[in-house]
Amino acid sequence: MAVIEPLDLDTTASLVDPGKAPKRSSRGRLIWIRLRSTPRFWIGVTVVALMIIWAIIGLWFTHWSPTDQDLINSRTGPSGSHWFGTDDIGQDIYAETVVGLRKSLAIGLIAGPLSTLLSAFVGSFAGYVGGKADSVISWFINLLLVVPAFFLLVLISPLLKDKAWVALIFFIAAFTWMVMAQVIRAQTKSLRDRDFVKAARFMGVGTFTILRRHIVPNVASLLIIDATLGVVYAIIAETSLSYFGFGIQPPQVSLGTLLADGTSAATTRPWVFLFPAGVLILLLFAVSLIGDALRDAVDPTSGATRG
Amino acid sequence: MVNAPLLEVRNLSVDFPQNNSTVHAVRDISYVINRGEFLGIVGESGSGKSVSSMAVMGLLPSSAQVSGDILFRGESLLDMDDRKLSRLRGNEIAMIFQDPLSALTPVYTVGNQIAEGLLLHDKALSKQAAATRAVELLRIVGIPAPERRVKAFPHEFSGGMRQRVMIAIAIANNPNLIIADEPTTALDVTIQAQILEVLQKAKEITGAAVVLITHDLGVVAGNADRIAVMYAGKLVETGSVDDVFNRPHMPYTLGLLRSVPNLITAGKTRLVPLEGRPPSLDALPPGCPFEQRCPIAIDACRETEPPLLSIGSSHEAACLRAPEIAAGQLQAADVFPRPEPIPAADQAKVEGRTVLEVTDVKRYFTLTRGAVFKREIGKVKAVDGISFDIHEGEVLGLVGESGCGKSTTILEILELTSPQDGSIKIDGVDVSTLTKDQRLAKRKDIQVVFQDPMAALDPRLTIEDIVAEPLTVHNVSKADQRRRVGELLDTVGLEASMGSRYPHEFSGGQRQRIGIARALATEPKLLILDEPVSALDVSIQAGVINLLEDLKERLGLSYLFVAHDLAVVRQIADKVAVMYLGRIVESGRVADVFARPHHPYTQALMSAVPIPDPDAERSRKRILLDGDLPSPTDEISGCRFHSRCPLFKVLDPSLQQRCLTEDPQLRVIDTSSAACHHAELNTLQVT
Repeated sequence: MAVIEPLDLDTTASLVDPGKAPKRSSRGRLIWIRLRSTPRFWIGVTVVALMIIWAIIGLWFTHWSPTDQDLINSRTGPSGSHWFGTDDIGQDIYAETVVGLRKSLAIGLIAGPLSTLLSAFVGSFAGYVGGKADSVISWFINLLLVVPAFFLLVLISPLLKDKAWVALIFFIAAFTWMVMAQVIRAQTKSLRDRDFVKAARFMGVGTFTILRRHIVPNVASLLIIDATLGVVYAIIAETSLSYFGFGIQPPQVSLGTLLADGTSAATTRPWVFLFPAGVLILLLFAVSLIGDALRDAVDPTSGATRG
Repeated sequence: MVNAPLLEVRNLSVDFPQNNSTVHAVRDISYVINRGEFLGIVGESGSGKSVSSMAVMGLLPSSAQVSGDILFRGESLLDMDDRKLSRLRGNEIAMIFQDPLSALTPVYTVGNQIAEGLLLHDKALSKQAAATRAVELLRIVGIPAPERRVKAFPHEFSGGMRQRVMIAIAIANNPNLIIADEPTTALDVTIQAQILEVLQKAKEITGAAVVLITHDLGVVAGNADRIAVMYAGKLVETGSVDDVFNRPHMPYTLGLLRSVPNLITAGKTRLVPLEGRPPSLDALPPGCPFEQRCPIAIDACRETEPPLLSIGSSHEAACLRAPEIAAGQLQAADVFPRPEPIPAADQAKVEGRTVLEVTDVKRYFTLTRGAVFKREIGKVKAVDGISFDIHEGEVLGLVGESGCGKSTTILEILELTSPQDGSIKIDGVDVSTLTKDQRLAKRKDIQVVFQDPMAALDPRLTIEDIVAEPLTVHNVSKADQRRRVGELLDTVGLEASMGSRYPHEFSGGQRQRIGIARALATEPKLLILDEPVSALDVSIQAGVINLLEDLKERLGLSYLFVAHDLAVVRQIADKVAVMYLGRIVESGRVADVFARPHHPYTQALMSAVPIPDPDAERSRKRILLDGDLPSPTDEISGCRFHSRCPLFKVLDPSLQQRCLTEDPQLRVIDTSSAACHHAELNTLQVT
């Protein structure tokens, strides 16, 4: 509803456009309005929310724990007792999938945003400070980009074997931030020349305050998208590493180790492979939907909305 | 139909349907253009002046809903199919756009682009003949060495030259109507004067009628025969230039004319602000759209929108009270009274200390090539040894065209570090001696207001946070910050309750006030104002200029006022320094320099500024400069102005020699100082 304000002509230009209702940060609202009307977003959010809840409470519904061995029923398909069947040594696939999902979710949800945080910090700093520091940081980013991260992970993985799975989170984050850092750096370079940043600098506002107050909020939409899609990358990275035996080590389970265990029997006893794989695909799909919807809401001109 | 007027627009309306509202961009306008006539359409941004002309050209987007009729020589343009319309466009009707860079294709030579228009409309023409004609056209629009230039690409041309090419393309087929949409807005004043001259010449050669769309009253005053004033999509006043300028009858025109700074009256009287902003075009009130800003609105104005009423021969105004104005019962001075200056009792005492002293500051940028092994390929002397000082309570206007080094100068000052060469003293303290903490403390004393008020305010912060930002640096408590923000908003004429809103909710003028409030937060001694009003609509400018004048008087501030608009500088400044290619070429008290400019560049600059007064415009003698600003990378020996200097051309060759070899320094001539060897011989007249 339009709020018409009383006009006061003799004092000064003290009237805000009478045709417009006062609104809070229009850009944020606009993004939210666009997002709200995207079914993809709601599907993604619902699926992810359900999976998180399932990962937390999923074990309540079964009396099997992932380490229990039901040797009598080993290698059996889905049944009333073992919903997803059992593997070679009689472990319950349902319980293992729930626990594996927990790990994959935890790694994804922490490593994705962590990588974004790192790229925001490094990218905005390099872009804002410029000069020598920028050259050195750019050089370092480019170096990391040309080094095949997976290969490096394989090399370093023996060191990780003794550490807890938490180390893997930092490891994944450390190797996925570079591209986004470059994007943020480029954005910051153009923001740096905007008058409001110059104004802040000439007021004597410190570098890190400017980064926090002016630069990062103005690239926030990019960061949110990146953090969401980063979750997908992190889960894929974790599962593929674990699949090849370089990530999560037994007795710990993640979706990746489950897949690795299941591949050999994928054709003969498909349940060992299909259930963890299905959960993984569903999770990645749902998070991607959210990221995709976010990107379209922030930048309506991006590819997906065409046609 | 021989007797039909060249173009007749009848009850034209253009609507743009939006998601849940309709923007009425043009509402029921009618006008007539006769053969060979020069019509100026004046209006502020969003008044519908461009949209109405786009409708004539048939260039509106397909979402636009057009009603009414447009007759070109009696034939309806709206009923015409696209093929027929295309044949008319470029042949009978030509258009010149605001931005000549985007209007020319970068991948073809300008010659090809001119020839293209010729060949399209005349199939019998041979390629060779078209090329010859292209050269001829370039000569007509004043491009030097056209035989060579015809093969150049648009990027090799400056803005002014590109606009000349656009005019050449427009007149290529001897059109009957030329529509020029803000053709000079993106250009510097001396270039603007050249382009307007070329436009007049083009009109004489082709005998075409010209429609000049502009926001600048000065531009139409000297060129147009008739003008039409648009406001909120409606024609509110039309008539001959003399009628409208000398006897305006619509309060909007009245207020606009009184609010524009004018080289003749500037500095002698205060400006009259025209407050408020036009209603948004998707939610128009039922009555007169100007009613909210109109000081003489009566109840009837709120109910019906007044039609154009005839007041004398071919002079019409859309105001219910126009007859009263015509009869002299309402005088302009009563409708928009001049605001009183700040009474002496409220004025701050100033002691006249030197606040800023800039001595021989230089800033060169080296151009390098190569990524690993950088080698120097040239030097840009952005600022090449300039000196000036500003005393307490004083305003120095720094004037010059784009590329003269104004912006580099203020950035050098604002950095508060030692310049490449020379010295900068603030409040008597040399900035190169400051420690980090002292520098931070010094920033309190010197603040800046930028040109574009939208870009200068972070869109993601509230007004309160924006205005309080300088205070956060200096350890002011949150409660004190809030109190101070309230005071500051009040000082600049905004309500303290607006603090929780975001910048996009404010109009341009209000945003600039917010920018000023932020600059005042730390109680600075010196404000650096970088073109503070040039991004604002004309009717808003006066309010901001008056505010700056009042603040100066009340708080005893000093300003370094950077501008390209001489009339604004004349209005507000005490002293003026004219810059050309990194040097100050003339400086002195405003009254002296404007009354008797000594440097030929100052004279040309002043004569290029259009005056919104048709009588004064007609009696003026212009000094037109040739060509464009030389590239800053060029090494120029002797006087850097000699390539464009009108005085140089009339000098004896023995005297010219000195200009070519010796770099002139500022020297005192009469009461001001100028950097010209032969200023005493200067008999060029400026009015």
